[in-house]
Amino acid sequence: MADQTFREWLVTDTPTSRRHAKLSALYQGWLTFRSNTMAMVGLGILLLLIVVAVAAPILSPHDPFVQDLGNRLAPLGSEGHLLGTDSLGRDILSRLIYGARITLYIVALVALIAPIAGLLVGTVSGYAGGWVDIVLMRITDIFLAFPRLVLALAFVAALGAGIENAVLAISLTAWPPYARIARAETLTIRSSDYIAAIRLQGAGAFRIITRHIWPLCISSLIVRVTLDMAGIILAAAGLGFLGLGAQPPSPEWGAMISEGRRFILDHWWVATMPGLAIFTVSLAFNLLGDGLRDVLDPKAGE
Amino acid sequence: MALTDRTGEGRASLPPWIKTTFLTLGSIAVTMLGLLFVTFIIGRVMPIDPVLAIVGERASQSTYDAVFEELGLDKPLIVQFGYYIWDVLHLDFGTSLLNARPVSEDIARVFPATLELATLGIFFGIVLGVPLGVLAAVRKGSWIDQVARVVALVGYSMPIFWLGLMGLLIFYGILGWVGGPGRVGIFYVDVVPPVTGMILIDALLDRNWDVFKNAFSHIILPAALLGYYSLAYISRMTRSFMLEQLSAEYITTARVKGMSEWDVVWKHAVKNIRVQLITVIALSYATLLEGSVLTEIIFSWPGIGSYITTALLSADMNAVLGGTVVVGLVFILLNIFSDLLYKVFDPRAR
Repeated sequence: MADQTFREWLVTDTPTSRRHAKLSALYQGWLTFRSNTMAMVGLGILLLLIVVAVAAPILSPHDPFVQDLGNRLAPLGSEGHLLGTDSLGRDILSRLIYGARITLYIVALVALIAPIAGLLVGTVSGYAGGWVDIVLMRITDIFLAFPRLVLALAFVAALGAGIENAVLAISLTAWPPYARIARAETLTIRSSDYIAAIRLQGAGAFRIITRHIWPLCISSLIVRVTLDMAGIILAAAGLGFLGLGAQPPSPEWGAMISEGRRFILDHWWVATMPGLAIFTVSLAFNLLGDGLRDVLDPKAGE
Repeated sequence: MALTDRTGEGRASLPPWIKTTFLTLGSIAVTMLGLLFVTFIIGRVMPIDPVLAIVGERASQSTYDAVFEELGLDKPLIVQFGYYIWDVLHLDFGTSLLNARPVSEDIARVFPATLELATLGIFFGIVLGVPLGVLAAVRKGSWIDQVARVVALVGYSMPIFWLGLMGLLIFYGILGWVGGPGRVGIFYVDVVPPVTGMILIDALLDRNWDVFKNAFSHIILPAALLGYYSLAYISRMTRSFMLEQLSAEYITTARVKGMSEWDVVWKHAVKNIRVQLITVIALSYATLLEGSVLTEIIFSWPGIGSYITTALLSADMNAVLGGTVVVGLVFILLNIFSDLLYKVFDPRAR
């Protein structure tokens, strides 16, 4: 019974406080989101991925780094190795499970760095206007005009291969769209009456940007980030595949495909399994992003 | 906005198209300068000493200093940047550390291979993607719309290099329908004289059908792969453009007049989205040129993507930066080209 009344409290038309209204809006959004089956599937896959990454030591049947040269390239379903073993006899399933940690690590870092950098540039540019705006937007345009993967390649070449540098290179090529979005939002917010009111109260530019403009940019940025996550995963896997991301023996999925590539015609599963993992996760992010866009930004959908 | 522009025109003595041309040229110049600046900086922060790479570790201090000065490394950074721009304007990207040939020659050799691959890819993308998008919009919610949605979703989520490997495994390894990696079979290498550098066209010019057939069996899989990725994007965009048009009033009028559904869709609606479509296709072509990096590796395709990656793994920085600049320039030019097309063909954007 108690939860029935809680639900009623959530869907009420007459919220009693700001927090109540906020929770109510959040709940309504969740209801819309929940009715989108595909988005829920995406969310489910991603929650599963997080659980797998956290519980990797418990879930994985073998140590992902231990080699067993007597049992190399064992096929699918062989004893003790559900997904077979790779060219050094390492259990592929265990490596996939540990690889989930690397994938999440890369996505989380890029999803933090790029939007925050874009938010900073975009809001400052939009709020300040004038020369600052022109210069910052020109720089953004220049980065937007670059071919992303090739630029990331060149950055990694300069910085050296490795996960952190791959993250940096992907972020460096990923921030401009966020800056564009944040600037567009800022321009509409800047001229609204409540900003004028706050300014009359004596609030400075810093306070206005951080306390009153940023919160309003967040939701469109979140949608964009979720839709971009699949691209981030694919870019990271691509760098890993080229040998410029995570270094061996790290069980990064792209690097695993690269290892398995040599045996593709005779031992197809070695490269196939990590590819399926990448596909599943980026598909999940795409589904989730579509669903979130419908909830948070209904105008952008079809 | 339109109002201020018009008053601006009245005051200025120059006709507006000259002003637009100057603005466009200016923005091209700034963007390209930015590209060169970034590659220049990347070249500077490289942990590789360019002098050591030339003279070797055992060179005497005086040899080292001589080369150091010859490369202009003793000058301030801004002067070095000036030299760099000057060199690039003369298509001089330095010499490759691997084969001691000018990088520009190497790029001129490998670029047609990429161009050939990407062009065939975009051809598949247009021929299949546009009709699929149109059908998905006309029959919104039907099974064909669902198919189009899944095709696009899979395209957005699948790592291209993995799909390429799977294609190679299935169509080459198991079924044997297509040629393997590389541009032509080993017996056909250097058979036709390289005129354009695009082997399909060279074979046609030479009327050598064996080479043409063989080269086609090699290019078809990677081109189909690239085509699939542009199809995913093009069909999605076509669908949303078409939905917008189909809900317009002139479509209802045409239908009320008793015009056949075919004419309504293909003669009215599609005609009105052609400008947007051209823009999408140009952008998609630019991404294909870039997206071919990973595809080229999988299919051992000797294009610019393979070139950059090989150079990268052997720390041949001149080659990497030269390749990056060329891909970047092509990318920027295609972007601007699509912008211009939009302005030329769409009177509302003028």
